[in-house]
Amino acid sequence: MTKALDRSPVSPAEEGGKRRSFPVDVRLLGLGGVLLLLCLIGFITQPDTFLTQENISTMLRLAAAIGVVSVGMTFVIIAGGIDLSVGSMVALSSVWMTTLATQSYGPVVMVLCALLVGLGCGLVNGVLVSYGKVVPFIMTLAMMASAKGLAERLSGRRTQVVTESGFTSFFRASFLGIPVLVIMLAMVFVVGWIVLNRTTFGRRTYAIGGNSEAARLSGINVKLHTALVYGISGLCCGIAATMVVARTTSGASTNGLFYELDAIAAVVIGGTLLSGGRGSLIGTLIGVLIFTVLNSIFTQNNLDTDIQNIAKGAIIVGAVLLQHTARQRKGKPRAPSEPDTQPTGSQS
Amino acid sequence: MTRTNLARRGFLFGAAGLGAGAVLVGCTSNEPEAQNTPQQAGNGQGANSEPGQPVTIGFSAPAADHGWMAAMTINARASAEQFSDVTLNATEGTNDVNQQIAQVEQLINAGVDVLVILPFDGKALTSAGRQAMDAGIPVVNVDRVFDTPLAYRTWIGGDNYRMGVNAGNYIATELKRQNVNNPVIGEVAGIDSLPLTQERSQGFKDALEQQGFSVGPRVAAEFTPESGERQTSNLLQGAQNLHALWNHDDDQGVGVVAAIESSGRSDFFMVGGAGSRNMMTLIKEDSGPVKATVLYSPSMASSAIAMARLLGQDKGLADLAEHEIPAEVTTYSAVVTKENVDSYMDVGFDS
Repeated sequence: MTKALDRSPVSPAEEGGKRRSFPVDVRLLGLGGVLLLLCLIGFITQPDTFLTQENISTMLRLAAAIGVVSVGMTFVIIAGGIDLSVGSMVALSSVWMTTLATQSYGPVVMVLCALLVGLGCGLVNGVLVSYGKVVPFIMTLAMMASAKGLAERLSGRRTQVVTESGFTSFFRASFLGIPVLVIMLAMVFVVGWIVLNRTTFGRRTYAIGGNSEAARLSGINVKLHTALVYGISGLCCGIAATMVVARTTSGASTNGLFYELDAIAAVVIGGTLLSGGRGSLIGTLIGVLIFTVLNSIFTQNNLDTDIQNIAKGAIIVGAVLLQHTARQRKGKPRAPSEPDTQPTGSQS
Repeated sequence: MTRTNLARRGFLFGAAGLGAGAVLVGCTSNEPEAQNTPQQAGNGQGANSEPGQPVTIGFSAPAADHGWMAAMTINARASAEQFSDVTLNATEGTNDVNQQIAQVEQLINAGVDVLVILPFDGKALTSAGRQAMDAGIPVVNVDRVFDTPLAYRTWIGGDNYRMGVNAGNYIATELKRQNVNNPVIGEVAGIDSLPLTQERSQGFKDALEQQGFSVGPRVAAEFTPESGERQTSNLLQGAQNLHALWNHDDDQGVGVVAAIESSGRSDFFMVGGAGSRNMMTLIKEDSGPVKATVLYSPSMASSAIAMARLLGQDKGLADLAEHEIPAEVTTYSAVVTKENVDSYMDVGFDS
């Protein structure tokens, strides 16, 4: 069967039959503008401490775990799903690896364990959503509860401190002045971006999110693909768990608390449609950074957390309203299978 | 037909995955109880230590979802085992208020002699406490206080305000000893919306002001290691000049210490809160920023069981002139430092 959707969809640059040399995504520029504006506010309010190398490094380090989780969440939402279990998967992966650490297993086994637990949970989500026909919201809600319960059972609801110096010294180190955690985030982001925008797998993800029935009729194995997308989300949670354990030197069933909300917020303000079919990893990354920078500004200016939460809510609503207005100005919604970036048509 | 088979296969695969996970949990799980050395109430004084009239004590508490709460339940059970004349009827811990009310009602119906209740929510459990008191069963209310004294015979709990006061006084005294002028004193609070956090912060602020100091950079975490690490990392970036830091809770303190280690800072000292064994070990080692912690000890659960036993036997506290158990007992937030840490290790709890 001909796989029509394997051909490059129309890119924004080609709309109206005109190909621009430098395709510009106004929404991403706007988001980038918001991020720069926040950085400017931070610099004006705290000129001595905000835009220092140490603070930028700290902000990126703190953004790493939620950034990686948000990459996986972007895949799931573009494919038309939702994953409410990411926080619990981070908790379970972190607790499992620190349980092994307390039993004198080395760092390699710990990391592999976190990745396998995350991937396993993600695949269970995916298989039951696609083959078991369980609604994603319900399935991932169930996994959220189950994984949390398993994490509590495994840890005895205790914080398990990692004394494995090899593990902590490696993941808390810096390479050429860049923290290892930030390098990990960059690697996950780049790989995710390439997969989403330069491979058949990515185009199929957009296609399934845009119209799964049309995708199925065009020859895409929608069920298998959906299962794999949830597996990617789980794997990202395993990676994030490693980062959290490295940062806190501990595994606890409270790790990853509210990650699902933070990741969905970052994905949404990044321009990804909750209905699926359209999204941008770059937007997601900017979304994560916006919240991280906001947190740093509020902390450095000694402002209350309640005001911070109000500001966070306002930013989410504002970003969504701006995107809605931008779409209305364009006069029509974009094609469901249309990625934000310009595909090259490479086949994989 | 094929679709049905696939769906069934998928379901079975998923179930097998979850089952394998559960088995692996069983295989790799640690036994947290084995790591705990429960604090036990003293053997009583004089005649009180002698076995007396048998007493059945009903016990209800929230779910042991963190180290401190787990220690409360462990201590209560250990204390009951210590007395040959006590039978403990303990219910499964729950954070569901309705379920806890139902548990208390079951204990009343079971005809226990005394009830020890650590409510998940004091206000919500008040009616259950009153129901027991009206049925003639004395209630020992632990930590989270009921709305009215009519709902309990005696209350025992910690002192959040004095926790803050003692942390503030220790920090102020230490800074004056070091001859630090205009010090910058940071605070890593717990969940800001909780009254206990507000009381701790108020006590800290009042104590520092009395000594001529003030609270500087302040962040609120969520009693979890991860939130402690995140908020402290940001606080340290904003406070390039810092002399002391008080962290409200030793559970989140694991993350606070991790953030300090990541920053490589050694220009300030830190005081913890609650009294976990982990923090006490760091205090004893004296190789990092943690120099003290102010207690909010789960040993109060052991004391609650001991008092419940005496209530059931119509006895008072041996060393007091009173014939009866007091209506209220507030535990003291002692400051644990390197000098006295050995004597407090027995009340340290596992995070």
